[in-house]
Amino acid sequence: MSASGAERPLPLPDADTAPYWEAAARGELALQRCDGCDAWRFPPRPGCPRCGSLASRWERASGRGTVWSFVVVHGPVLPAFAERVPFAVVLVELDEDPRLRVVGNLPGVAPARVRIGMRVEACFETVADGVALPQWRSAE
Amino acid sequence: MSRASAAIVGIGHTAFARDLGQPERRTALAAIRAALDDAGLAPSDVDGLVRFDLETTSEVEVARNLGIPNLRFFAETGYGGGGGCAAVGLAAMAIATGRASVVVCWRARHRGSGGRPWAATGGRVGGDAQFSVPYGIVRPVDQIALLARRHMHEYGTTAEHFGAVAVACRKHASRNPHALMREPITLADHRASRFVCEPLRKLDCCLETDGGVAVVVTSRERARDLAQRPALVLAAAQGTGPEHYVMTSYHAPRPLATPSTWAARDLFAAAGVAPGDVDVAQIYDVFTPLVVFSLEEYGFCAAGEGGPFCEGGRIEWPDGALPVNTSGGGLSEAYLHGMNLVAEGVRQLRGASSSQVADAELCLVTSGAGVPTSALLLAAA
Repeated sequence: MSASGAERPLPLPDADTAPYWEAAARGELALQRCDGCDAWRFPPRPGCPRCGSLASRWERASGRGTVWSFVVVHGPVLPAFAERVPFAVVLVELDEDPRLRVVGNLPGVAPARVRIGMRVEACFETVADGVALPQWRSAE
Repeated sequence: MSRASAAIVGIGHTAFARDLGQPERRTALAAIRAALDDAGLAPSDVDGLVRFDLETTSEVEVARNLGIPNLRFFAETGYGGGGGCAAVGLAAMAIATGRASVVVCWRARHRGSGGRPWAATGGRVGGDAQFSVPYGIVRPVDQIALLARRHMHEYGTTAEHFGAVAVACRKHASRNPHALMREPITLADHRASRFVCEPLRKLDCCLETDGGVAVVVTSRERARDLAQRPALVLAAAQGTGPEHYVMTSYHAPRPLATPSTWAARDLFAAAGVAPGDVDVAQIYDVFTPLVVFSLEEYGFCAAGEGGPFCEGGRIEWPDGALPVNTSGGGLSEAYLHGMNLVAEGVRQLRGASSSQVADAELCLVTSGAGVPTSALLLAAA
């Protein structure tokens, strides 16, 4: 919640994505893996983009990655984000597989310090009762 | 160019404005009416309508207001701004297969007066957006800026390269009496405009427009008897690649390969021409980086060379090697999900553009590159 009273948008889990958010609430970064070919995948979805298998499991990921890209958001933005601008949003490539790219923030890191190639590790930001977002902090 | 069986024979548009002060359906009807008048056809000649995703006026609403007695073909293509060229391609297929004889495609949108769609985001966010919106990737500009930054990192593309796209479009718009933004700008103006989502600035973003554009498609044979010089639909293609996510396609093996990569391959193969044969291009420009990406993906230069390709007036009329967005495009004429780009492509092949490329015979028109997309090659008759 921001001081302006505008509520931050929160994820609405569905049958395929709920395990991701439930893990985050426990302070874990969990990802889907295919039962057919063992490939990791993100975002969560029913089928494997590599082998087409509909069988999958959830495994805890290392939580380590590298900034693949980033932006610095300026206004106009949703009221929920207004008091934070300018703020950085990163796209993190996970160590498990280069095509696992996760959107996140780097709480506490000034936008000017963010750079592509920066090593990061997962942390968790509680944003509502029972809801936590996987986030990132510098691992350098 | 003998393979084309359909042609665009009419184009029409309303005034472009920040606020037209009327319901969106009136804008749709006026644009369609203007396109039929341009073609020298009556509503009673129309038997097909193709719209694309996000259009708010239905086919039956068009038919009952213009007096179209019988629609035998109606359809909609998907993915918002990716679907405009696809709509024209679908109309051409309907003509070629005999399902319809005169088909109208249109886009009316009141994005100028109607507010920003993203501003309604709130509460719990499901679907693909649950992995981006909670972090502040909310607006289309945020979604594309992540790809633009990576392109700069991988290839050395600069903000000035993006600025060159904005400058070229404004230069062309300055010659177009219908364009919304006609005051020429410089690279310095681009650099001085405020950030919206770094690395992108306000002048990297398209306009917010009320307006409508429509085109009329019929057979090449019938086109010979009509009022205007036809623009042949030489080829149309749709495309998207592996693991695509609409506007947030960060999970593919190569996120910088947008859906245009796949549409381009099929488009040129179907037409039997090469990018070097294209005289003028209308490239979807919701944000300047998409023009840079598209120049690479449609084969005008190698991957990574789209930025330098835009330097030195190369995409500017009249002396550039490939004049791009000769009416001003979405950046400076009007942003109507690319239907104004289709109309301008037709004008070039009629010899009727306000920035006319001499002897233009082949025009590329593309639709939105950050979503499943489509494209057209239009040829002079």
